[in-house]
Amino acid sequence: MQLILESLFNGVAIGSVLLIAALGLAIVFGLMGVINLAHGELMMLGAYSTYVTQLVFKTPLLQPFYNCYVIVSLIVAFLVAGIVGILLERSIIRRLYGNPLETLLATWGVSLILQQFVRSVPLAYASGFIITILIGLILPLIIPKKVHHHSRAYVVKAGVWGISVLFGLLSANWLATSISRIGRASARNVDVTAPMWMRGGFDFLGITFPVTRLVIIIITIISVFSVTWFLNQSVWGMRIRAVTQNREMSECLGIATNKVDVLTFGIGSGLAGVAGVAVSLLGSVGPNVGGSYIVGCFMVVVLGGVGNLLGTIIASFSIGIMTDLIGAGRLISIWPDMPTPLASTVDFFATTSMARVLIFALIVVFLQFRPSGLFPQKGRMVEN
Amino acid sequence: MGNNFKNKRLFTLLIWIVIIATIIAAPSLLPSFRLNLLGRYLSLAIVALGVDLIWGFTGLLSLGQGIFFALGGYCAAMFLQLNSAAGFPNGIPEFFGLYGVQNLPFFWEPFKSPIFTLLAIWLIPSLVAGILGFLVFRNRIKGVYFSILTQAALLVFFNFFNGQQRLINGTNGLKTDVTKLFGQMVGSDSMQSIFFWITSLLVILAWFFTRWVVSDRFGKILIGIRDDEPRVRFTGYNTTLFKTIVFSIAGGLAGVSGALYTVQSGIVSPQFMTVPFSIEMVIWVAVGGRGTLLGAILGAVMINYAKSLVSEVLPASWMFIQGGLFILVVTCLPEGILGWLQGNGPRNLLARLGLTRPITTYPSLKEKDKDEVIL
Amino acid sequence: MRNPLLELRQISMCFEGFLALNDLNLSLQPGELRAVIGPNGAGKTTFLDVITGKIQPTSGEVIFKGKSLLGIKEHRIARLGIGRKFQSPRIFQKLTVYENLTIAVSKPKRPWATLVNKLTESQRNQIDHLISIINLQSCVNIEAGLLSHGQKQWLEIAMLVGQDPDLLLVDEPVAGLTDEESELTADLLKSLSGDHTVLVIDHDMEFIRRLDSKVTVLHQGHVLCEGSMKDIQHNPKVIDVYLGQQDDEVEK
Repeated sequence: MQLILESLFNGVAIGSVLLIAALGLAIVFGLMGVINLAHGELMMLGAYSTYVTQLVFKTPLLQPFYNCYVIVSLIVAFLVAGIVGILLERSIIRRLYGNPLETLLATWGVSLILQQFVRSVPLAYASGFIITILIGLILPLIIPKKVHHHSRAYVVKAGVWGISVLFGLLSANWLATSISRIGRASARNVDVTAPMWMRGGFDFLGITFPVTRLVIIIITIISVFSVTWFLNQSVWGMRIRAVTQNREMSECLGIATNKVDVLTFGIGSGLAGVAGVAVSLLGSVGPNVGGSYIVGCFMVVVLGGVGNLLGTIIASFSIGIMTDLIGAGRLISIWPDMPTPLASTVDFFATTSMARVLIFALIVVFLQFRPSGLFPQKGRMVEN
Repeated sequence: MGNNFKNKRLFTLLIWIVIIATIIAAPSLLPSFRLNLLGRYLSLAIVALGVDLIWGFTGLLSLGQGIFFALGGYCAAMFLQLNSAAGFPNGIPEFFGLYGVQNLPFFWEPFKSPIFTLLAIWLIPSLVAGILGFLVFRNRIKGVYFSILTQAALLVFFNFFNGQQRLINGTNGLKTDVTKLFGQMVGSDSMQSIFFWITSLLVILAWFFTRWVVSDRFGKILIGIRDDEPRVRFTGYNTTLFKTIVFSIAGGLAGVSGALYTVQSGIVSPQFMTVPFSIEMVIWVAVGGRGTLLGAILGAVMINYAKSLVSEVLPASWMFIQGGLFILVVTCLPEGILGWLQGNGPRNLLARLGLTRPITTYPSLKEKDKDEVIL
Repeated sequence: MRNPLLELRQISMCFEGFLALNDLNLSLQPGELRAVIGPNGAGKTTFLDVITGKIQPTSGEVIFKGKSLLGIKEHRIARLGIGRKFQSPRIFQKLTVYENLTIAVSKPKRPWATLVNKLTESQRNQIDHLISIINLQSCVNIEAGLLSHGQKQWLEIAMLVGQDPDLLLVDEPVAGLTDEESELTADLLKSLSGDHTVLVIDHDMEFIRRLDSKVTVLHQGHVLCEGSMKDIQHNPKVIDVYLGQQDDEVEK
């Protein structure tokens, strides 16, 4: 019993990382038909945001609040990844709608640039850049509408961006001087240290559950619920679904499809940032951290079926549980008197990387019976 | 139309003259290190030809060609290792000793034969590609799904080869430069120049082969599959079979390419199966011009040469350049360099600069009957 | 009465609770020309999908030349002698007119044959013949994507004929054509019947009238009635179905 419970918990823990990482990807793919190969790098940005936030909370001013930096970093990571995602959508992906393969290649290019970016640009200045854009995007929302329609609106616009750049530079400078560690470019991996309350374990029924894992599970649950709520209950969620089903018709009905695209992509990317927070709590953070998760996410999307949140959830947890069962060799401990040939096979696959091999094979077998994943889209329009 | 066609021919011929002149002149002009690099990049041109077949013509974007590339390389390396293992304990390659392996794993046995190896270099990758392709295509998995699955398959193969020290030396890979062939070191200059010639010859042969494949109806059907697969099916063709065959051909080409690359770079390792390398192959074709075959060769050689030159001077900037290339070629230059040159690209550029009149109609339509409606 | 070439027996097709075809029965004699009409959503295209194997019906049986077509893959059905023209012209845009036709005409359709065999003399003649029928002699080497809409429709019909099927399924061949073009299309289809069996689906009553053939009216996935154009026009059930939408067209 204990063994099964422990195995289940581990599986759910692995699965929830997969799920939070795949969630954004699945949304963007399901709603926009875009496979974003830079998703892993957006996660990486989220992870680095956590790192920077953590360092900021170590400065004397914010030291007393150090314990809650994780919560703040969730918001920061969401914003950072979301903004980069929006920039990406506006500048590149927008031109490639309807060409999924081209989008794939272009986003790969973006991922290379982002990787090299965090290697070559000091984090302080990267943060300054993000702050600039953030202020530049938010300020116009505060300014009264009247000003926008004034004949000299461009002056206001220039002013807004001037202020943003100024703020960006100031904050970059401040970060660079007060936290010398991020004042220089570095390709080395960095470590996010969890606050006191997240270390250690939580005992229940004689099993110790690491608190970090629990926190990640909670983050995942909250994200999934808010996304579901947003898509199904909010006005913009409804618009997003409308555009997904029929772009032309939505346009005719007065939905700003441009805004919907930006919003969808921004949310998908923002979720990658949140996933980055989770990832940073699990291990060290480097420019390549996203790449190690991305293929797992793809498997989740393929297994779950396009555009189906439930499929994504089930797929993540089943892959997670299987990874744990196979990879940690838990099958043998659950069933110790396994016949020898079977036991040696199980033993052969009992490493994380070999477990991946087996799971991929299983997924390919599964796809022979259910080519469109767990929850395929149905109807007569599917093939066209 | 006829005129255009002739121009295209002339253009192809011109490029071939340049390529062949480079190949002939290179051994006497380039130092052996550079010559070796050129040889390696030429071998990459063969895998690029395969990528062009499946992506440029058939519309299948495989991100897993590294699997077949590496398989070809491993076949060659296993033979070379066995061929020079006589002096080592148990008469098996040295690395086995590190893991305490006494007997040769069974699948190494056939690689004692050079003839088997020569066949295996292209047959094994094409067989693996055929099986993998069939399993995917028969379920009508296509588009990005296919790309994702090939990428996942790549990672799986990487994990497998990376983790199996006792079978295939795991992450260290198999070295070939210190092995012997015909009593000579494979890494020696004289052997390397022989490999350069073999590679050059095979690039040309591979081009003729792929061109033959696409020249007649088979090639037109591939294009048909790319543009409207259901239509081809309703015309009576088994598209699954066509796709499986062409994927398998591309796999075989990748295998040959990998073997040639291995003997010239001196080692084969799971690094051949990393995700970035396989995606790079696609970008060589994209930059050169997809669906042109010749563009694949040009793209592979030029980009890799540029990569080595830039990396020597400014190591950090190559990633930026490469990333930019991906974005640029997809958004601004979808036909690639060759497609741009062969099409109306230069003319449009001149027109934009104000040097010549822009094209207002399709030149090929001009001699049409006047009473027929165009566009 | 001879054995029918194609017979649909009690076909039903259900898409997640939506009954697209409901107990559909239809049979075609060899050499017959048949028009199928029906309001939007009557299941016209769905029933072509069922015949060509694109979808499997929920229940019922499709018999072609005495054999069941159920469970047979699309390309095999095509090889058995059923050719299909799609609603919007689906030709290979990036191939030339000639190449489009070679794909249609080429036989056998196995990969190896398309790689090694050259087109035979008779196949080349057939292509030339088809090109002259559709009057595209001057566009032989032009990318098909550059043709006008009407030319594309014809090219697809020519490809269909080039496949040399026993049964031609033609879905809305005159959509977007000028009156003159659709008259020519009607004549072309009429001339094809006899040697081939032709089933035409369209909305255009003028065109159907010109085909001068037996007409089947589909309504809500069910055959409402069959008969000559005249009978159909005076059938109260048909008038009822069309009333309010295409009433005047039927009455004309």
